[in-house]
Amino acid sequence: MGDVAIQIRSVSQTYHDGRSSLLALDQVSLDVAQGEFVCLLGASGCGKSTLLNLIVGLYRITAGTIDVGGRRVALMFQEPALFPWLTAQKNVEMGMRFRGVPEAERRDKARELLRLVHLEGFAERRPHELSGGMRQRVAIARALAQEADVLLMDEPFAALDAMTRDVLHDEIETIWSRRAMTVLFVTHNVREAVRLGDRVVLLSSRPGRVVAEFPIEIPRPRASESIAVAEQAGRITDALRQEVRRHGR
Amino acid sequence: MAASRTPIHERESLEREIEGLDALDVPFDESDSPWLPRAWAVVWPKLAAVAIVLASWQLLVWSEWRPSYVLPGPARVFAELAELVSVLKFWDAVATTLRRAAIGFALAMVIGTLLGVVISRSRILRGAFGSFITGLQSMPSIAWFPFAILLFKLSEGAILFVIVIGAAPSVANGLINGIDHIPPLLLRAGRVLGARGLASLRHVVLPAALPGYVAGLKQGWAFSWRSLMAGELLVIIETRPSLGSQLQFARELSDAPSLMALMIVVLLIGVLVDSLIFAALERSIRRRRGLVEND
Repeated sequence: MGDVAIQIRSVSQTYHDGRSSLLALDQVSLDVAQGEFVCLLGASGCGKSTLLNLIVGLYRITAGTIDVGGRRVALMFQEPALFPWLTAQKNVEMGMRFRGVPEAERRDKARELLRLVHLEGFAERRPHELSGGMRQRVAIARALAQEADVLLMDEPFAALDAMTRDVLHDEIETIWSRRAMTVLFVTHNVREAVRLGDRVVLLSSRPGRVVAEFPIEIPRPRASESIAVAEQAGRITDALRQEVRRHGR
Repeated sequence: MAASRTPIHERESLEREIEGLDALDVPFDESDSPWLPRAWAVVWPKLAAVAIVLASWQLLVWSEWRPSYVLPGPARVFAELAELVSVLKFWDAVATTLRRAAIGFALAMVIGTLLGVVISRSRILRGAFGSFITGLQSMPSIAWFPFAILLFKLSEGAILFVIVIGAAPSVANGLINGIDHIPPLLLRAGRVLGARGLASLRHVVLPAALPGYVAGLKQGWAFSWRSLMAGELLVIIETRPSLGSQLQFARELSDAPSLMALMIVVLLIGVLVDSLIFAALERSIRRRRGLVEND
């Protein structure tokens, strides 16, 4: 467990919008160990998404360094962001296509991943023929198809109903434990963070800064509605509330 | 440390149960209704429109606003049309015109697509040529003919030149528009999956821009058909009869019925190509992407 998968050192990010500039992240430092499941928690506007986009390399960093040690990084968005002209199967194959994986192998691999997310019967459906939860599952399969060592998830279940979300929590936990992946999961839902994370990292708002970390030692599998999760979530909610209050003053 | 303790099969049966809620959200296909009533629902408004146009035309003739050798009635014109289509020379003319249309449009498509791709990829080129292309689009194609005739003499080349210059900007603009309207999230998803350069263009950008591109093609077809008709009226090649030259001869002979019969042919070809090719293409793209309500 000693290996560090993501090393974030004093990362600051400033956006310039015409004359005004906005400090989105302020000196954020964070290590995520290999195989760890870390939940990044914060109110909206705390730069959580910015941080993920920086790690995956979609934005250029203003200051500081991010090192993933050459690991392959996949990113899942809050929306499934599936390609609407492709079937579920072809969506899953997309990343492999860009890596030059031969077609037959691509097809088998995509089938296998769709089975893993319980969509074996829906391979030939297009995104608009699937439910919200199914679409997000296709997106999970598509991210897994990248064979990434690190999976970044940006509030992936925020738009789903509570029941579907519970099911997907179980699924993502199972996948994570079987595949020995590193997951950095952004959410503003405290229970979700406690349900999933080995560790919950609390970010402040505007500018985003790491204000507290909570190791979660509740044994897995956990349930969102269990007492242990609720108690831990309560403690973190208090901290979050204090943070919000301090910021408000 | 993260091993799951609940047996897998138990979990999965639970998932199956809970999945019920999300499954309610799965859209299902309702397009199995019998085709005959659906076809009728599409056809009757069009038939009604044709009937109204014909009736107004007939009324105009009956009003004796113009003498009947200048403005013949529908019956006379359709009789002429029936006679026209029985002559081999007519089909020869149609073939010449359609061949020009096909070649001209294909050229416009290739050039417009290349222009669109290049311009949409570069901000500088966009600033330089974007409004220029829109300007070209609004220029009446007939205004190009004197110049085209100077360049190419009275030849096929002159006609093709004007078709291309009339239609290529629409195709380019359609593609640029399509690319502009791609949801940024899709482009980011593509980049996260490793889409770069040409692969990104081929597998993400162009498919995502397809609806706008097809709209551009459709408009491009309308412009090239118009330019072609203008061209065939002006650039008459003696040895090669075409729809436009036939029209011009009918005018010179003051043969109103055959002139109007030819106009109907021009209109019909324009409408058929538009609805059988472009509108159908547009519909199928929209359906595949779930952009239509079932109707």
